[in-house]
Amino acid sequence: MSITVDVEFSGGLELIMKDKVRQATVSLPATADGKPTTVRQVILYVRDNLVADKPQLFSTENTVRPGVLVMINDSDWEVEGENDYQVQDKDKVLFISTMHGG
Amino acid sequence: MSTSERIQEIKARLAKLRAEELELESELVKLEGLNQREAAHVVKKDHLAPDDIRRYSRQLLVPEIGVQGQLKMQNAKVLIVGTGGLGSPCAMYLASMGIGTLGLIDHDVVDNSNLHRQIIHTEAARDVPKVVSAHTSLSRLNSSCRVVVHDVLLDSSNALDTMRGYDVVVDATDNAATRYLINDACVMLKIPLVSGSAVRLDGQLTVYNYNGGPCYRCLFPTPPPVETLSNCSETGVLGVVPGIIGCLEAMEAVKVITGKKQEEKPNMLLYSYTSQPHFRSIKLRPRKPSCAVCGDAPSITELVDYVAFCGSGPNDAAADLHILQDPSQRISCRQYSGVVHSGQPHVLLDVREKVQFDICQLPNSLNIPLADFDKRQQELTDIVAQANGRPIYALCRRGNDSQYAVQYIRNKLDYKECYDIVRGLLGWQADVDSEFPAY
Ligand SMILES: [Zn+2]
Repeated sequence: MSITVDVEFSGGLELIMKDKVRQATVSLPATADGKPTTVRQVILYVRDNLVADKPQLFSTENTVRPGVLVMINDSDWEVEGENDYQVQDKDKVLFISTMHGG
Repeated sequence: MSTSERIQEIKARLAKLRAEELELESELVKLEGLNQREAAHVVKKDHLAPDDIRRYSRQLLVPEIGVQGQLKMQNAKVLIVGTGGLGSPCAMYLASMGIGTLGLIDHDVVDNSNLHRQIIHTEAARDVPKVVSAHTSLSRLNSSCRVVVHDVLLDSSNALDTMRGYDVVVDATDNAATRYLINDACVMLKIPLVSGSAVRLDGQLTVYNYNGGPCYRCLFPTPPPVETLSNCSETGVLGVVPGIIGCLEAMEAVKVITGKKQEEKPNMLLYSYTSQPHFRSIKLRPRKPSCAVCGDAPSITELVDYVAFCGSGPNDAAADLHILQDPSQRISCRQYSGVVHSGQPHVLLDVREKVQFDICQLPNSLNIPLADFDKRQQELTDIVAQANGRPIYALCRRGNDSQYAVQYIRNKLDYKECYDIVRGLLGWQADVDSEFPAY
């Protein structure tokens, strides 16, 4: 059993992805070590497979780096349990880097 | 006098008048500053004067504003931090709409490279303090708006005193350290914070510290790594993008002032030129009880050193890195100029992104962006083979990426006749050719 998750990058994160992709659909096993797949596994998948060459610009300490917000189906992941949120098939995960320019 | 002579005469006279206007405004700003204690005592309006009714009639007709909303705006004090790309339209609209008191903070002067987006400033105001230039535009737009200028670099020593007394603060700055500073000061002073940012073709907008919603630190407790911090002078921005976000900041300020914002749940608005739809709103968490500044037991109860906290300050350009430890692997711009003049055969490899290379380049340079080195390794190998013992000089904008390029060519391609040009094109402009259009 596998699930597919739509991932999207915003606020400049798209620029550090291979081919500067803004959106991708990733396929993950529905469970890992007998436990349901969490958004942390999505983050690690993106880090290892989609980020072009500087993984630290996306992820540190097995989660997103400081300054990146994660939105699950357009809601702040804080409300959903952050890294431990169990991803469902067809979930949309949006990664937003905070921007400082003006 | 011919028509074209008359046109020239008029243009020259206008230029003189514009310069004179700025001089007078500058003096006015100084005198008003001295006078501030008296001026600070503003009488609250409880009805609209006949002139105001005429002037604001079109917005009085909007039910969400009406007479009560207009009075709230005329009695409101809004502080805009930064009169750049975001602050320009925000200030102009707030003044035009009839905000009673508008505070402006900026410590910069107007530069030609500001004008494509900072529309409150004009060509005539080049090198003039931005607060004076902004004051000039705003007094033209609405002389009944009281504009209070603060020509200071906001930091933890002056932020609370400068920000105290305002009803709303608009963050229109361009760096992480100042954003944390403004957030913490707003939390301490209990002022809602309208925050916007714009880079390249994207913008973000949020109201922090308002109505049970989060503060900036609730969302971003830890500052991002210095490596990810960038500002407009490094990354570029299309002029209208901060314009869009700055206008929305003015809208949010009006909503806070009239109280309509209370009906909304905390959210962040994202704008992107590339995504479909262009605008989207995402739901944010409520205030975090564990937040270091706005939480139930805050650990930050006074302002701290935000430049140290973020590892980078308001005026920091990208740091000059020292990646190559061996000085014999680097030459100065003057030395490289000598190489060119002596006609010594060599290869000049410019490793900037193509979009930058297209802006300006030194003669006879090859362009392979550093980011493409792996992808275009075959081309590099060919260049090395053709160089055949002759030196390869690596060049970029400020001399950081070029050092990585030298490392790559020396280590991965095992070609030792490769050198870095210290300080890159900015150094070339400073030390060799002042006419070179470095950006
Ligand atoms: Zn907070």
